[in-house]
Amino acid sequence: MTGSFRFGTPQILFALAVGILVIFVAVPVLLIFFNALWVDGRFNITDTVKVLSEPDTYKALINSLILASGVTVTGTIVGTFFAWLVTRTDLPYKGAMRVLFLVPFMLPSFIGALAWKMLLSPRAGYINRFFMETLGFSEPVFNIYSYHGIILVETMYLFPFVFIQVCGALERMDPTLEESARISGADLFTITRKITIPLVAPSILSGALLIMLYSMAHFGTVAMLGIEAGIYNIPTLIYERIHQSAGSFGAIRTGTVLSTVLVATAALIIWLQNKVLSGGRYQIIAGKSFRPTEIRLRGLRLPLLAFCVAYIGFTIVLPTATIFLVGGLATYGLPITPENMTFDNYHHILFEWDLTRDAIWNSIGLGLAAALITMFAGVVISYVIVKMKVPGKGILEFLGMLPFSVPGSVIALGVILAWSGKYGVNIYNTIWIILVAYIARYMAFALKANSAALEQVHDSLVEAARASGATMWQALRDIVIPLVRPGMVAAFFLIFLPALRELTVSVLLYGPTTRTIGVAIYTLNEDGETVYAAAMAGVALIIIVTAEVVVKRVFKIKQ
Amino acid sequence: MSSVKIAGLSKSYGGRSILHGLDLTVEAGESFTLLGPSGCGKTVLMRLLAGFEAPNAGSIRIGDTVVADGGTNVPPDRRGIGMVFQDYAVWPHMSVRDNVAYPLKIGGVPADERDRATRAVIGQVGMAGLETRMPSQLSGGQQQRVALARALVSKPSLLLLDEPLNNLDANLREEMRFEIRELQQKLGITVVYVTHDQEIALAIADRIGVMDETGRLRQVGTPDDVFDRPADAFIYRFLGVANFVAMHRAGEAWCFPDGVGVWEGAPPEMEGDRLTLGCRPFDIDLARDGAGLPGVVTRASFLGAQMDYLIEAGGVTFRAATDSRRALRDDRRFEEGEPCRLTFRGAQWFDASASEGGRA
Repeated sequence: MTGSFRFGTPQILFALAVGILVIFVAVPVLLIFFNALWVDGRFNITDTVKVLSEPDTYKALINSLILASGVTVTGTIVGTFFAWLVTRTDLPYKGAMRVLFLVPFMLPSFIGALAWKMLLSPRAGYINRFFMETLGFSEPVFNIYSYHGIILVETMYLFPFVFIQVCGALERMDPTLEESARISGADLFTITRKITIPLVAPSILSGALLIMLYSMAHFGTVAMLGIEAGIYNIPTLIYERIHQSAGSFGAIRTGTVLSTVLVATAALIIWLQNKVLSGGRYQIIAGKSFRPTEIRLRGLRLPLLAFCVAYIGFTIVLPTATIFLVGGLATYGLPITPENMTFDNYHHILFEWDLTRDAIWNSIGLGLAAALITMFAGVVISYVIVKMKVPGKGILEFLGMLPFSVPGSVIALGVILAWSGKYGVNIYNTIWIILVAYIARYMAFALKANSAALEQVHDSLVEAARASGATMWQALRDIVIPLVRPGMVAAFFLIFLPALRELTVSVLLYGPTTRTIGVAIYTLNEDGETVYAAAMAGVALIIIVTAEVVVKRVFKIKQ
Repeated sequence: MSSVKIAGLSKSYGGRSILHGLDLTVEAGESFTLLGPSGCGKTVLMRLLAGFEAPNAGSIRIGDTVVADGGTNVPPDRRGIGMVFQDYAVWPHMSVRDNVAYPLKIGGVPADERDRATRAVIGQVGMAGLETRMPSQLSGGQQQRVALARALVSKPSLLLLDEPLNNLDANLREEMRFEIRELQQKLGITVVYVTHDQEIALAIADRIGVMDETGRLRQVGTPDDVFDRPADAFIYRFLGVANFVAMHRAGEAWCFPDGVGVWEGAPPEMEGDRLTLGCRPFDIDLARDGAGLPGVVTRASFLGAQMDYLIEAGGVTFRAATDSRRALRDDRRFEEGEPCRLTFRGAQWFDASASEGGRA
């Protein structure tokens, strides 16, 4: 240990790390399990099974599985296909395409769901109305309030998980592996089938599991599109129960049981993913970047380009334009023509209406506060995990990474259990309970970024400072902090950006004046204020995209 | 400069004992090298000296100050030491000047004096003119010079060097070891140098302490002592390639195995009927005929300045080396399969157990 052996700096850091993780992560999660499995202070698994076998809960479990499986299959196919197209073929403008395919990652999927609702809801959707009113169809062409609709919309926003992984693998794959097959006499088709696909299979699988993980725990799209048709998955059922019963015992209990199932599923998925990633076959993909051989698309070049452009137009441009246009409509349902357009909605939500203005400031404030606090807490905890030789740091690491496998709705529920006055502190219905939940939710991001930065800071750098006469604090201040600053900045934005568009957690925790941007859009839509919901979503898109672009630019300049 | 007195020092990690009751004194102004195989505990000893670890028992005294014993362990920042690490540990976010000036800055030395001392020591390690460079713009050798300057700048009473030349290429390593030796003598500073490389140890040290895998100091002495008068076979083997031959006594004569010949040199001073003869490749003279052990060359390699042979004689494989120019001149360059005669210019005697491991 690089430190003195009295009760000094290392002990303070250790106590701080343990304290933060226990209070923010361990207690809420343990309370979930406790409430799910114990009744009246006694372990009672039969009661848990009873809750699970209720038709509603059972149905939600099945729905979660159906939706997650569907999204995983479609997302994996779409992601792998586009990844192959932009890395291994001579598709025109593939550099630009590659960037564009990542745009959905930036956009909140519940805003996408809102847009698709406006386009494809069976009666009011603009596309359906166009087909029925203008082209004389007797039936709507597509009903977005369905399993298909939900899977379609989630796929649009989750396929980049596979796309990113597979692009990376295809690019880093040592081309000599393929070239040697070529020399051995294999044609390109055989090589793709026998060499390339088996080699990238772990990446595909790992990306697919990520989609599965997110889709299982996904709230926004299912809430926007499913509730109308009575389709609930686990997170939306938890929301429904908690929201309608205002925290009754039965609702909380159902919530905790569902949460336990969700956490167990997520843990299984993460375990599988680690297994896949640590498999030996992955080693063949080197860290270096190579220039892979390109497949000539020949006659398919332009049709495939047109397909990509159409896909981007359909999944990104169309919904985004819909949001802004509907946000500008005087009344929902009017045809989108210049004379029906107005800036009043935007003006109203930005300058007049407290509900929406509060929401914007709440989200920005929460994002900044959560990012700052979690960033600093992350440095301390990472330091203890990476640099200090203390017993029990494995537990710290486990606790810190736990929120990765604990979905947002579960964290929110745990925070309700822990901070609603039962244990002395009641911050329910205040902004603080959302902040506490954000800290728990985003801790893993901060730990990942900071740990990566700290791994680069070799112990001898600190020891050299100590030998130069610096105390532990001075060494931390002069050597460690400056060297991990990039990791801290990364952690800040890794938390701030997603917190800006957060819905799943805040929707379970918001009070009358503590709506976030996501909650405001969601509740406006629920209340039938569709044009205001759209206008608010438009404003949110502008804020989110601006923040993303500014951050990317700043990072680029720094590098 | 300070002396270092270590008494009864013990350290264990998780029940595994690394050092057990080690005693050692390093004189003030001395260049002392700890030589030992990797994992022998020499780095642990170094870290105990620096204060990064606390001993389980025993004491360390630097100069007149007890820095570690039973209860107290003075932290590294208050030991007044300089230290150079194997991986340089030059801070990547600071320029050469800032790196070197840091110990003075922490020590509260006024700016003008700090500048003067920094400039002087940067000059001493031959880095003048590179003060504003960042470490990423420096070669490994230059980074190691910065690390050395940083360790020297506050005029420490004790300089600890932990295999500082390991990561450098062979030429630079050779150059740097002379420079470090020169600086040490010029500044008259006490140096403890840890290495597993016997050549560096021999070149740099006033005295060498040889440690074995079990964390015990086998011998402490001048380079001549440990090389020519090794305390045991372990040290003999560790300081260079060594042949070990199991010898047995027949009356007054000492016989090689299989009765291929008898030892012609001075008889051993040790007691016993079975002993081990140790000799270095350069101790063996090869001839085409005449006196000596009859043997057959099983491998001959031309290594430029020298010829390296494996020779089979009486069931023992000897490693022998000769100067290639002289061998050519005297017609003693052997090919594989040729017979030869071995005579010995020097040898060491050890007890019988030394030869049980066979050839080094």
